[in-house]
Amino acid sequence: MSEPVTGISRDDVVHLAGLARIDLSDAELDHLATELPAILEHVASVQEAAGDDVPAMSHPVPVDNVFREDVVRPSLAPEDALAAAPASDQQRFLVPKILGES
Amino acid sequence: MTDLTRKTADELARSLASKEVSSVEVTQALVDRIGAVDGQIHAFLHVDAEGALATAADVDARRANGEQLSYLAGVPIAVKDVLATKGLPTTCGSKMLDGWIPPYDATVTAKIKAAGLPILGKTNMDEFAMGSSTEHSAYGPTHNPWDTTRIPGGSGGGSAAAVAAFEAPLAIGTDTGGSIRQPGALTGTVGVKPTYGGVSRYGLVAMASSLDQAGPVTRTVLDAALLHELIAGHDPMDSTSIPDAVPAVVAAARRADVKGLRIGIVKELGGEGFQPGVEARFNEAVELLTSAGAEVVEVSIPSLKYALGAYYLVMPSEASSNLAKFDAMRYGVRVPPAGVDDPSAEQVMASSRDAGFGDEVKRRIILGTYALSSGYYDAYYGSAQKVRTVLSRDFTAAFAGVDLLVSPTSPTTAYPLGDKLDDPLAMYLGDVATIPANLIGIPGLSLPVGLADEDDLPVGLQFLAPQKADDRLYNAAAALERLLEDKWGGTLLSRAPELEVAR
Repeated sequence: MSEPVTGISRDDVVHLAGLARIDLSDAELDHLATELPAILEHVASVQEAAGDDVPAMSHPVPVDNVFREDVVRPSLAPEDALAAAPASDQQRFLVPKILGES
Repeated sequence: MTDLTRKTADELARSLASKEVSSVEVTQALVDRIGAVDGQIHAFLHVDAEGALATAADVDARRANGEQLSYLAGVPIAVKDVLATKGLPTTCGSKMLDGWIPPYDATVTAKIKAAGLPILGKTNMDEFAMGSSTEHSAYGPTHNPWDTTRIPGGSGGGSAAAVAAFEAPLAIGTDTGGSIRQPGALTGTVGVKPTYGGVSRYGLVAMASSLDQAGPVTRTVLDAALLHELIAGHDPMDSTSIPDAVPAVVAAARRADVKGLRIGIVKELGGEGFQPGVEARFNEAVELLTSAGAEVVEVSIPSLKYALGAYYLVMPSEASSNLAKFDAMRYGVRVPPAGVDDPSAEQVMASSRDAGFGDEVKRRIILGTYALSSGYYDAYYGSAQKVRTVLSRDFTAAFAGVDLLVSPTSPTTAYPLGDKLDDPLAMYLGDVATIPANLIGIPGLSLPVGLADEDDLPVGLQFLAPQKADDRLYNAAAALERLLEDKWGGTLLSRAPELEVAR
């Protein structure tokens, strides 16, 4: 079989946690850095299973894009949509600043 | 007086129709049972006695008025906490959704409500359905009614345990890699994963969209068929919902005849790693099928050796993408980072996701993020998708020669709580027999076939059928269920130890 593309280092896990937007603790990063290589080693066998001629399957039942008729139908009232929001103001979701600079 | 909690859904439906009992009486009996035993089992995250009794009273009134009602009207049900229920908390077993009350119903929920089934409550599960033991629930594990020191299976351990402990005759589960069938096997109950697209996923909080499927969790094959028929069917709200008519599953469960059926034993799903007691009960069940006139052969599906690897790439990849929506902005918990003045949305998002997600969810999100990243995508996610194609071709070839395939549902019986919590790979290996059905969209059913000699715990046999041939599962399983119960002189669950009743 071909070698697994690469191992996974603690620095990789730090990078992935950033991509996934999860503020992992040092202990969690250490733990994942030891666990993930074993899992990846196990799943890497998929690379030997099929050649280039085998098409990828994204869904078990073929899926076509579906359009619905463009008709008005009942939808959530604003107060229902906002009911679970951590913060809201004037019928809008209230979010923290989206730019990093203060 | 007979114990209403022990009745099957079919028996209850008939007693309700003939007005021997009222839905309020049945519902109250189950609410009382939950109050008496759920302290030990923890099958429920939320019990809605008031709402269930109100539905029951409404159904009773409508029946008294002579209204035409659904067959299962008035028969109570428990719903896995991953399905949106308007007005009832839906946490998915996660702190991320602590206290979330959805503003809409999942299609499955809407169908249950429209048919007049009182919803007893929401059942415990591994967080966002990620796990095989229900130990990854942020609200504490569910305990197996057969031995409360053991896992009930997962992710739908709550639904399976609720049904096994006679807290509900019916429950809804969801199955992404075995989360209906494996808990069924481990608790001595029936669990069915329908054909992908057979039951709407609208309002089912997604883990892996191309694998997830909701289905019935019950104590008998006929009850599963009745519930399957109720929740299945095309839904314009789910673009992957199949437009075909629902297979005649109830008629098949009533037919229960395997004479002349060709059944294939999957060679790769046995042997090493399979507990002797599991194999013994499985082999005896297969002999019973043979004695009833089925033609049993051995079938090899070589690509199965890649299935587990493909599953543990496809699933985390899709999960990492699906769970990106939990961004602390519109719903779910918002936990600002400690010690940061005026944090940005990105910082709030990252600290909220750290606080809201548990270990297994974080592990799968990171794994999925890796498998989807540039440079690794083709090697991991792309290769895994090719495995689905190869697996699908192999199964199609197998089904050309047989009507059904069989295997043990789980390689082992229920293991002690905590046993595999620190070894994710060991836990993943337990899914080997159930995940292929999800990867290729075929239906599967787990039926209890006895207790393993070494530990007296339930063993499940899995039937697999081609896509859209769900009725074949019910026919064969109902036949085997009858043969086994004739042999045992009763149901398997009647041999479960009595739970201590709290007062």
